[in-house]
Amino acid sequence: MITRRGVLLGTAGTAGTLVVGYALWPDHRLASEDRLAAGPDERFLSTWIKIGRDDTVTVLIPHCDMGTGIATALAQMAAEELDADWARVRAETAPADSVFANGALVEGFLCQTKNLSLGSIPPFLRGIAADASDALARRMHVQTTGGSSAVRMTGVYGIRIAAAAARGLLVEAAATRLGVPRDSLRTSMSRVIHGSGRSFGFGELAAEAAKHSPSAHPRLKAPSTYTVVGSSPPRFDIPAKVNGTAAYGIDATPPDLLYAAIRISPVSGGKLGSLDDAAATRLRGVRRVVRLDDAVVVVADRFWRAQKALDALEPNFQGSAGPGASSFGLRQAQSAALNSDPIKRDFTVGRGAAALGDHVIERLYHVPYLAHAALEPANATVCHRPGHGVEIWAGSQDALGARAFCAKVAGMHMSDVMFHQLPSGGAFGRRLPDQWNFLEYAVRTAMAVPDVPIKLVFTREEDIRHDYYRPCVTSRFRGALGTDGTPVAWVNDYTTVGGPNGEAHILYEVPDQAYGAVHVASPIPTGAVRSVEYSWHGFFVESFIDELAKEARRDPLEYRRRLLAHKPRHLAVLNLAAERAGWGAPLGAGCGRGIALVECFGTIVAQVAEVQVGTSGSPPRVRRITCAADCGMVVNPDGFRAQVQGGIVFGLSATLYGAITVERGAVVQQNFPDYPVVRLADCPDIDVHIIESGGPIGGAGEVGVPAVAPAVVNAIFAATGVRLRELPVMSGVTARG
Amino acid sequence: MALALNVNGTSHDLDVEDDAPLLWVLRDELKLTGTKFGCGVGSCGACTVHLNGAAVRSCQVPVSAVSGQQITTIEGLGAGTLTAVQRAWIEHQVPQCGYCQSGMIMAVSALLAHNASPTDEDLAAAVTNICRCGTYVRIRAAVRALAKRMGPPA
Repeated sequence: MITRRGVLLGTAGTAGTLVVGYALWPDHRLASEDRLAAGPDERFLSTWIKIGRDDTVTVLIPHCDMGTGIATALAQMAAEELDADWARVRAETAPADSVFANGALVEGFLCQTKNLSLGSIPPFLRGIAADASDALARRMHVQTTGGSSAVRMTGVYGIRIAAAAARGLLVEAAATRLGVPRDSLRTSMSRVIHGSGRSFGFGELAAEAAKHSPSAHPRLKAPSTYTVVGSSPPRFDIPAKVNGTAAYGIDATPPDLLYAAIRISPVSGGKLGSLDDAAATRLRGVRRVVRLDDAVVVVADRFWRAQKALDALEPNFQGSAGPGASSFGLRQAQSAALNSDPIKRDFTVGRGAAALGDHVIERLYHVPYLAHAALEPANATVCHRPGHGVEIWAGSQDALGARAFCAKVAGMHMSDVMFHQLPSGGAFGRRLPDQWNFLEYAVRTAMAVPDVPIKLVFTREEDIRHDYYRPCVTSRFRGALGTDGTPVAWVNDYTTVGGPNGEAHILYEVPDQAYGAVHVASPIPTGAVRSVEYSWHGFFVESFIDELAKEARRDPLEYRRRLLAHKPRHLAVLNLAAERAGWGAPLGAGCGRGIALVECFGTIVAQVAEVQVGTSGSPPRVRRITCAADCGMVVNPDGFRAQVQGGIVFGLSATLYGAITVERGAVVQQNFPDYPVVRLADCPDIDVHIIESGGPIGGAGEVGVPAVAPAVVNAIFAATGVRLRELPVMSGVTARG
Repeated sequence: MALALNVNGTSHDLDVEDDAPLLWVLRDELKLTGTKFGCGVGSCGACTVHLNGAAVRSCQVPVSAVSGQQITTIEGLGAGTLTAVQRAWIEHQVPQCGYCQSGMIMAVSALLAHNASPTDEDLAAAVTNICRCGTYVRIRAAVRALAKRMGPPA
């Protein structure tokens, strides 16, 4: 038996670079893939690539479609290394099976966390590193979509290398068939071509190619020769999203489907008390009232009937972890914690806080909780067939992990659980691991009402009130300026619901720095929301640097420039945004520009906001946002621009309106009328300018978010002289009015 | 109780309550899942359909109120082909997650039917739908292109 070797590990893409590591793939792995996800005329040539007899190349995407266009981008990376004809390239969602666990993601994060380039891993460890990442991914059930990682991790560490390896196999098959050396063959437009003019389509070679072992050293193409990467072919998923045929989790319609509506204890941790369900169960279509620990669920033949019966139930919930908790109290607790001495500083540069001296500039900033409020409310469809297992239809930011999670909730082995990954109507972190209350409630409901599929849908009110929120955070800065006005000391203490955040560390050259994280527990669940820690530290840091510029009586752009003299990429991004925004050009009365710079997820982003503040207390209007971003190299420029535009709008909603507040332990807001978001009327013009500096490929999905808030707040300051140190802007404006 | 509903040119006799929201009748009864649930309070517009050609938020319409009237959903918009608005949505690569786009396209189509060359302000006033992915910039660009194509009002 031939031992299959799958190439998993490669170096960053320069011409002719050898792949430096590989992992052993037992025969049964690709056989499993063929069995799971290949049609009769298709063969897997490596983990993520299968080729059909008709030359169709299908790239298996170990991510969810939540709108970011990654299936198209990853397919472009595969097509590039394969020399495939783009017209015959497709993408498919990888099954939620451990053979499709995303080892490349684990490896990418490990390498980047430890600041390793692939080339810096010692040769004797390379195979082990790839193998270990792969094993870890399977063991941890990793098929995660998050951290703006699809292209820069899955693509860079996984799919393009798998494609290069697959190309090698096709060449080998043609070489064997013709009895010619491999280097007499080239590939183009899904064909392997010999110097003599003879050529074969990928499809006719696929079966033979699958019998060979892939080289451990597939050559990656030189970026200068790319034709598919760097172009903007239309996204695969868009046609189905303009005619209503795209089916999301909420659209799953297995036969005999029942519908469920849920009411969860408004106070986190409250228990369901007494319940008189006699009237509700008599209502038309109602099949069952299911009592869960902290929730009640009505199962009916139609969703509106389930909801109507639920409204008739008037359930009581008792007790809780924090019935007295409020946003007001939490904020007081955070301030008190920041004033408790001594604060343990987890990271210092130079002399740290000792350098502050006598003239300290101190500022306090605050951001509230935020809900994800993805437009598709949390939902899942589950069917439990006793003796057979559980089947789930849902959108999740980790299908494999979700399958394992549902198995645990159901008390079953993973092999008895099937998970159908469906597109998500947005997610922004809501469907990541540890944020799966909707899966848990849906599985528990199905366990109580077996043998029929049940679709549990959160109403918007349940979705907003039972989220995993972007934490509410208070941050205090203390700074000191040198005689020339530049900062000489920078001390930042902030509250955290976890550990210290590296995201607080500044890009600017300041000789003495100190950072302290003070843990203050949250009374409501918290989780990752698009751009995560950067969403608050970006606002804090870029507000405070603006305040220091003001203290130093310097232009905020010029001030930043001087502190970035040693960082040419950052400087270039800052300068481009400023130039395109017309920084310094006169604006009308009541108008101002603000600038902010944030590096996150491997991409450097600068934004200039242009704000107009009306007379007599009317709210500020953000007229225009000019953004420059250096993501190293861009795979799909139009897709990247779309992500940054969208990130900016997401960040703007949080900047202007976003606030979840807690009273008596419960979330106050319920729906879009009291949790407003940006609409067409308040969406500014947005220009996105891409810089390809040739650095490592950076992320796209989250990178537009963090710079918005500080750019807007700095612009309001420029326009009015009023410094807002708290979000959202609209609450600050009201308070002033 | 029996109720006749005309959707996309087809008449359906339905046994549903008078107060059942049109949205859920479309989705659960007729399996027309292109129309989406977003908020249930008429705020987000994901459930927008046409009632006699005008954009309405179907989560706020009791089904008995529209019996016998012409209802059009995203599935029936182009009668088998893509409309100019749908084509513009592809050309400008508007959708991201796409969940709001059925409602957006219905709202924009209704606007363009009576105002072929809307300004940005007309658009913002008529289309108050929510897109959480933030595709507004492209929606605006697509509508500007459509308005240009149709020319300024005579």
